[in-house]
Amino acid sequence: MALDALRANRLRSALTMLGVIIGVASVVLLVAIGTGTKQKVEQQVEGLGSNLLLVVPGRIEVGNAPVVSPLTLKDVDAVTRVVGDPDRVAVTVASGATARAGARSDFTTVQGVLETTPAVFTRSLARGRYLTGTDVDTSRRVAVLGDSVARALFPDRDPLGQQVALAGVRFRVIGVFAPLGQSLGVDRDDEVHVPVTAAQRLWGTQRVDGIAVKAPDRERIDELGERIVAELNRRHPDTEFSAVTQQQILGVLGDILGVLTGVLAAIAGISLLVGGVGVSNIMLVSVRERTREIGLRKAVGARPRDIGVQFLLEAVLLTTIGGLTGMALGVGTALLVDALSPIPAAITWWSLALAFGVSAVVGIVFGVVPAQRAGRLDPVVALRTE
Amino acid sequence: MTEPAVADPPAGERVPAIEAVDVSRTYQLDGVSVEALRGVSLTVQSGDYVALVGPSGSGKSTLMHLLGGLDRPTGGRLVIGGRDVNALAPPEMATLRNETIGFVFQAFHLLPRTSAVENVALPLVYRGVSARQRRERAAAMLGRVGLGHRLDHRPNQMSGGEQQRVAIARALVTEPTVLLADEPTGNLDSVTGAAVLELLEQLNAESGVALVMVTHDQEVAARAHRRITMRDGVVVADSADPRSAHDRPPSVDHGRPATLVPAPSAEPRSASGSGPGHPSGGSGGAAGATGRLPREVERPEAHSRDAAGGDAVAREGAAGARQADRPGGTA
Ligand SMILES: Nc1ncnc2c1ncn2[C@@H]1O[C@H](COP(=O)(O)OP(=O)(O)O)[C@@H](O)[C@H]1O
Ligand SMILES: [Mg+2]
Repeated sequence: MALDALRANRLRSALTMLGVIIGVASVVLLVAIGTGTKQKVEQQVEGLGSNLLLVVPGRIEVGNAPVVSPLTLKDVDAVTRVVGDPDRVAVTVASGATARAGARSDFTTVQGVLETTPAVFTRSLARGRYLTGTDVDTSRRVAVLGDSVARALFPDRDPLGQQVALAGVRFRVIGVFAPLGQSLGVDRDDEVHVPVTAAQRLWGTQRVDGIAVKAPDRERIDELGERIVAELNRRHPDTEFSAVTQQQILGVLGDILGVLTGVLAAIAGISLLVGGVGVSNIMLVSVRERTREIGLRKAVGARPRDIGVQFLLEAVLLTTIGGLTGMALGVGTALLVDALSPIPAAITWWSLALAFGVSAVVGIVFGVVPAQRAGRLDPVVALRTE
Repeated sequence: MTEPAVADPPAGERVPAIEAVDVSRTYQLDGVSVEALRGVSLTVQSGDYVALVGPSGSGKSTLMHLLGGLDRPTGGRLVIGGRDVNALAPPEMATLRNETIGFVFQAFHLLPRTSAVENVALPLVYRGVSARQRRERAAAMLGRVGLGHRLDHRPNQMSGGEQQRVAIARALVTEPTVLLADEPTGNLDSVTGAAVLELLEQLNAESGVALVMVTHDQEVAARAHRRITMRDGVVVADSADPRSAHDRPPSVDHGRPATLVPAPSAEPRSASGSGPGHPSGGSGGAAGATGRLPREVERPEAHSRDAAGGDAVAREGAAGARQADRPGGTA
């Protein structure tokens, strides 16, 4: 019965639904993008390796300015003593530098590291070998290139054994990383690894920017972090240090992305609300147009509630059909976006359930007033209307 | 459900289908009271065939609405199917209508875009009858009114006479005790109208449903078992009532518009009837002069065979005035 009424006025029903369709579609799409981004970031953070502890000077908080590191390789040795296993400790001292090979050059990030890096962060090589302990101990000028750097400097040559000039100093290429791809718009293959000792000499510094520790197990990771921080605080009483786990990083990132997703969903929700107002409006028009029908139904025995339920059902049908259409549209668009653009999108069942539920609720909320009005019509007056 | 307020009839007597005792109905229009019915008493027994006649505006439709439980009296006592409507809440009134009353309107009032069977089955929807049974009973009823071959036709695919037959089938599908027909032939040509009347009379004779019909046709009024004549909101003649000495045919009546009682303090003859809220049209002067609501004065031909049309025009005019007076008229 309710369906018949909607069919009778197809175009108007479709136009009324449009608001709900757009609202639901945008909720589904935006939540999908938010979720997809979050999932991708999580993947990448987890892809760094398991049970990682990142030790840096300063506090890790959103909006905190980075601190110049007071750490040196002596501190790294102290941390290694706390950890008890040198293979679990990695360091970095990083700076931007121009890499040059023949006529070609590429501005990139040079990272001074220990030979432990591939074990601590799960990284693999496409060609050649990684740095060794000897390379580090002897400050040998050897370099492992990220995939992008290798392509930029040696587009048509095998980079292995070639010379690259980093900040004007010549290094020999001994390996090329397997590509990692993009992460949040950052090219993770745009880097060059050299022995930390060579990097410090290159920039004339004793500094180490950060220390990464791979904890033996997840249970004791926090306790280990505390011990490392305590040791560093003892050595540098004026500086604060923090040790953060992947879980903490994920927590912070997740919060940011969650808020972002929520804001997007709320904006989309507003259009759903506007759609609901449209439904309410059209139902009022419909009640007015069908006044005679209402009068007749009452004359043959419809109770006020029967009439009210009829119009409420129509409103809910209108918004749920709109909701389903909007869901299909949102899912389709999300799949397209995910496939054809760098923006990740992931459909979640809860967003579909939510969108459907909300559209049904919109129908009820915005259908109640017209339905009540219809139910209360005086049959004698209603039958006389033209 | 609360216990119905029954009008206890003296033992041994039939329970009347409808009993109205000194019933009045006053409409409020912008603080002005219109007394459409002023103390009407009548009893409809099951199986009756009553013709209700009277000039336009005399309160016939208002009375029909009351008898059918579509409206409530503002005074007096009205008992339908043994239940006092003053004691009934709107949902109970609806159920009462569904169970005891069938309406036939001048304008058919079929649902458009809805087949004949579905139209006829509509009252059964509100009785909770299953879809299959509804269709069966509606189809059977359509057969009785001679439309067994038109089950799935829509109103716009049927003639006026056929549409009114569908409406009659709809009124009777619930097997009511009273069939109320307000100018059922008013929108039909005379030949079709006669056939519809014949059908109504036949159904009344066959099934024992009481038929109360508003008509302007004197032949029909004469054929009825009982003729009730109304004027100015009162019954002026009732052929079944021995106290009603002068049962005059309606053509003798000179239709006077129903009395308009102005706002409480206003004097009947003052011009307050056409106060701020009133439309000032051609008839506004008359209203001012007579102190009455502007309404088309009954024309002499209003009682001839095609009187229904004239009456409809008059009612439309009055409805127009009402709408102008009350912007939210349908609220
Ligand atoms: N809803 C209403 N509001 C105000 N006046 C009304 C209303 N319905 C009917 N009336 C008035 O009541 C009187 C009787 O009307 P009605 O019962 O329709 O007469 P009839 O059917 O005999 O032509 C008329 O004066 C009419 O204008
Ligand atoms: Mg009338």
